[in-house]
Amino acid sequence: MNRNGILFWIGATLFLVAALLMTQVIGNQYPFFACYVILQFIVLAVAWSILGGYAGYVNFGTSAFFGVGVYTAVFLFKAFGAPLAVQIVAAAAVGAFLGFALGLLTLRMQGIFFSIATIALTIIIETSVTNWRYVGGAAGIQLQRPLGTWPFDDYVQMLFFVQALLVVLAIAIARYIQASWIGRGLQALKDDELAAECTGVPTLRLKVLACVISGALMCAAGAPAAMYLQYADPSSAFNLNYSVSVLAMSLIGGTAHWAGPVVGAIVLGATQQLLTVTISSEVNVLVLGVMLVLFVVVAPEGIIGLIRRARRNRSGSKA
Amino acid sequence: MTSPSGPQPPLLQICALTKRFGGFIALDNVSVDIRSGERFGLIGPNGSGKTTLINCISGAFRTEAGTVVFGDEDITRLPPHIRTRRGIARSFQIPRPFKSMTVVENLMVALDFASVSGAFVPTAQRRDTVMSILTQTGLASKADMSTLGLSQVELRKMELARAMATHPKLLISDEAMAGLSSSEVDEVLDLLIKLAGQGITIIMIEHIMQAVMRFSERVMCLDAGKIIAIGAPAEVMANQRVQEAYLGT
Repeated sequence: MNRNGILFWIGATLFLVAALLMTQVIGNQYPFFACYVILQFIVLAVAWSILGGYAGYVNFGTSAFFGVGVYTAVFLFKAFGAPLAVQIVAAAAVGAFLGFALGLLTLRMQGIFFSIATIALTIIIETSVTNWRYVGGAAGIQLQRPLGTWPFDDYVQMLFFVQALLVVLAIAIARYIQASWIGRGLQALKDDELAAECTGVPTLRLKVLACVISGALMCAAGAPAAMYLQYADPSSAFNLNYSVSVLAMSLIGGTAHWAGPVVGAIVLGATQQLLTVTISSEVNVLVLGVMLVLFVVVAPEGIIGLIRRARRNRSGSKA
Repeated sequence: MTSPSGPQPPLLQICALTKRFGGFIALDNVSVDIRSGERFGLIGPNGSGKTTLINCISGAFRTEAGTVVFGDEDITRLPPHIRTRRGIARSFQIPRPFKSMTVVENLMVALDFASVSGAFVPTAQRRDTVMSILTQTGLASKADMSTLGLSQVELRKMELARAMATHPKLLISDEAMAGLSSSEVDEVLDLLIKLAGQGITIIMIEHIMQAVMRFSERVMCLDAGKIIAIGAPAEVMANQRVQEAYLGT
């Protein structure tokens, strides 16, 4: 357990050093562009699976949280010229609040009703932002990126590194939750909510907590996106594609372990980038759908489930 | 385990409890006191309201009228997990294990969440606690097995063990012997008697009459949501209305 912890933090440090080196060595903008999107999806997928995987409450509102993150940043930048760190922290706070409100209102409902409520949330918030003139309304808003600050030559490189930091943060949180009493409680309520409650698990409170953490991370992941694109508009910030992609990434990777959504986001995110560049952005939606169906049928526990099964078989055949 | 010093206040006081499902009255003005340390049998035909009463005691159902007092606290409005922490544990008629976990992990949930102190206890020590409960319930050899691999009788014992891990004052066993063979019934019954011997108050719902007779100090019979008889086991069995309820007229 402790050894695992040390290994994890060594890995995380190596990852961050590699990301930093990449910004210093590579001059071309495109790799940052592509990798940024994948990193963003890792954060979203890991955050999603805190509620969707550990607790088994399927959230279709990823795009709502993501979009709120985007627009928190837009608002703060336009109103106060707030720096990136402030934008992200504020977005996380707003996301936590939104998660708390959503959780309190909807998590008393079990199963599918929660999912439906999250879709409604997306629509409500998107409509509100569409009618908010200050941040550009339906037409969207153009933003001018500031210049890069040391040690980054370019602002996009900095955004890339910041998103890498968020990845480490998200994974560290998910990993902590999984191993702690919170994770055990969520797993229990996922298996059987009444039995969990009768074993002393405060199910509602844990679900709301998961929703708060998940929401905060999703919003934080969305905050740098406005600066990254130098543009924000409601229909792309609240695009349902985020919800579907993130759900697919988590399920394809596997939700029983924090590594699942990470693997899923890398595999699917990379495939999507590749397809968008080589064929078209329409095809990648098709591929996503096909992969999701394939995995649900063939490997319902995702890539992580496949790996576990393979390991078990190997140790079984040895014995 | 008879108390030498006069009458104690009851551990559980159910007063004028009524529960409706739409127009159907599942419990109709039920009042009963259960003494600390008592072995209490609850019988009645199918649909008579036994499990509904249990659900009202454990908090799974909200009641329309009446109160439930545990110790000296009114728990009528408390959610189930708080009642568990106060010391009410239960098993389920159809076993409800946490099926993605091993037997030990199932009990760990109880230890994590139902402990009154909330103080940090090292993992090794908590495993010792769990293992001693499993040894007591005869499940020690299954400790690291997935609950999916357990037999019916092992599942029943696991549920009782999980309930025990919450350190209950009151344990409610909801037909823990249904569908078991007669030797298995004896195993579970011996286990319940052993737990009662440790001072835990036990309410046992059961259809198997030999088990009820052997176990209970006092028996209550429900029919259509009403108490039709309460008293010493032999007395209740001999009651005309109880026999009618069971055999039909």
